[in-house]
Amino acid sequence: MADTAAVHQFVDKLKASNPAWVDEVIDSLGEVSIVVSRESIVDVCRTLKEDHNFDLLADLCGADRGPEEDPRFVVNYHLFSTKHFNRLRVKVRVSEDDAKIHTVSHIWRTADWHERETYDLFGVVFENHPDLRRILLPSDFDGHALRKDYPLRGYEPYSMN
Amino acid sequence: MSTAVENIPSQFEVLDTALESQMTLSMGPQHPSTHGVLRLDLRLDGELIIKAIPDIGYLHTGMEKLFEYKKYQQGIVITDRMDYLNPLGNNLAYVMAAEKLLQIEIPERAQTIRVLFCELQRIASHLVWLGTHALDIGAMSVFFYCFRHREKILNLIEAASGGRMTPSYFRIGGLMMDLPAGFDRRCKQFLDDFPEGLSTFDTLVTGNTLWQSRTRGIGVISAEDAIDWGLTGPCLRGSGVNLDVRRANPYTGYEAYDFEVPVEKDGDVWSRFKVRMREMAESHKICRQALERLKPGPIKADAPKVVLPDRDDMRKHMDSLIHHFLIVAEGFNVPPGEVYMPIEASKGELGVYMRSNGGPKPDRVHFRGPSFVNLQALPVMSEGEMVADVVAIIGSLDIVLGEIDR
Repeated sequence: MADTAAVHQFVDKLKASNPAWVDEVIDSLGEVSIVVSRESIVDVCRTLKEDHNFDLLADLCGADRGPEEDPRFVVNYHLFSTKHFNRLRVKVRVSEDDAKIHTVSHIWRTADWHERETYDLFGVVFENHPDLRRILLPSDFDGHALRKDYPLRGYEPYSMN
Repeated sequence: MSTAVENIPSQFEVLDTALESQMTLSMGPQHPSTHGVLRLDLRLDGELIIKAIPDIGYLHTGMEKLFEYKKYQQGIVITDRMDYLNPLGNNLAYVMAAEKLLQIEIPERAQTIRVLFCELQRIASHLVWLGTHALDIGAMSVFFYCFRHREKILNLIEAASGGRMTPSYFRIGGLMMDLPAGFDRRCKQFLDDFPEGLSTFDTLVTGNTLWQSRTRGIGVISAEDAIDWGLTGPCLRGSGVNLDVRRANPYTGYEAYDFEVPVEKDGDVWSRFKVRMREMAESHKICRQALERLKPGPIKADAPKVVLPDRDDMRKHMDSLIHHFLIVAEGFNVPPGEVYMPIEASKGELGVYMRSNGGPKPDRVHFRGPSFVNLQALPVMSEGEMVADVVAIIGSLDIVLGEIDR
């Protein structure tokens, strides 16, 4: 199993710069995740990129914990560094009634399409995103397909009219 | 002008004056050089591209949704159909994510075979890239040379797995089955023949002045921009960033192999071309090493609740039969947790985010396809270039729409 001591150093430094940023640290299966509140995600991401060299946003994906859970949605930011090759996962949890997160596409431009995909499939809105449209599904599609309460075969056959 | 002009509706006149300065061209989704079903909205000034907006989703099949309704072992089949030029890479990322959640160790022989096949697949994928890239730019015959060699690789994959394009050869806990008798000899034969093919491609393409003038200085992206846009794989290494997941976060024993990571610094179509050409030679080197290391041994992990037992065992042992029945009928439970498993696929970092909440089916599977991310940088590379260069730039990105749309 990979050694996570190096990643923990970055997490500790992050905590030192502002203790309110990191709500929880999860170390499991050789991967380190930090849970961050919605309000501080932009600051955390900017600090991680500028001060700790996490310069490549490898992936951004949403996950639905099920309609009965609250907060229902999780957005995972998988950060990677091209300098020290460490990986860190940042998690933000949002509830269904207020599924909004500030965009990070001004920090890593690659977040643009990932955020559009997450919006398309989960309905999580990324505020201040430059072009938040559906990306994989057609613009007139009804609902968000990767939500747990969306049926596998959809509500009715989709027609391309 | 005749009277026919009078009948033309006025909107055409408006469009006509707009055409003098700018026009919008919808390229695709059926354009042959878009490698599938990609549509580009190009705003043009003459032949110069002012703005390019990729439009994707034509091939969306809801694979990530489908994973949630299939057992872990059934998901492998879906991964074959994502990046259909690199199915073994997709298999590997998926099974390794599941193996990481299950915490099972893979035997030495299975690891070596995985490396061997991934590198063979990388060569095959790069051969399709070279053939179609050259075809897009106008060199017809390269395609046939490339496909001749790719055919030999597909034959090897077929010999081992039974499938050419959709092998599903890697399974959670090991491999589907061991290599067939005589595989070493056939693989060696291919590895002996391939360097000659590689030098043929070089003669056909690399030294060609027409090729160089179509690719040099086209579609430039700087190292900072490439990282900002999340480029990985040959596209990033073509911009001078030495990053390879096989080196940065080694997996399946890649740390024990001796190979170079090719890097070119110009960031244009030519650099990305050179990186992939050199990468084929490096993959060839790894294949040779893997073949030498191949020692007899088990190809499945010692995890009877996860790995299907051998047919022979099932006839002799009651518990093997029970395990087989349970795995097929009910699947196996995977402990709750979440992992992100990155590998270096032929196009860049292929990451699998897998989340389990304890059952036999995953709670969420997300594929970070390198093509999806690399395509996003197309506007940056193509704005300010000519329409004909977009074709070259798409070719140099090496995208597969099956992976982008999923």
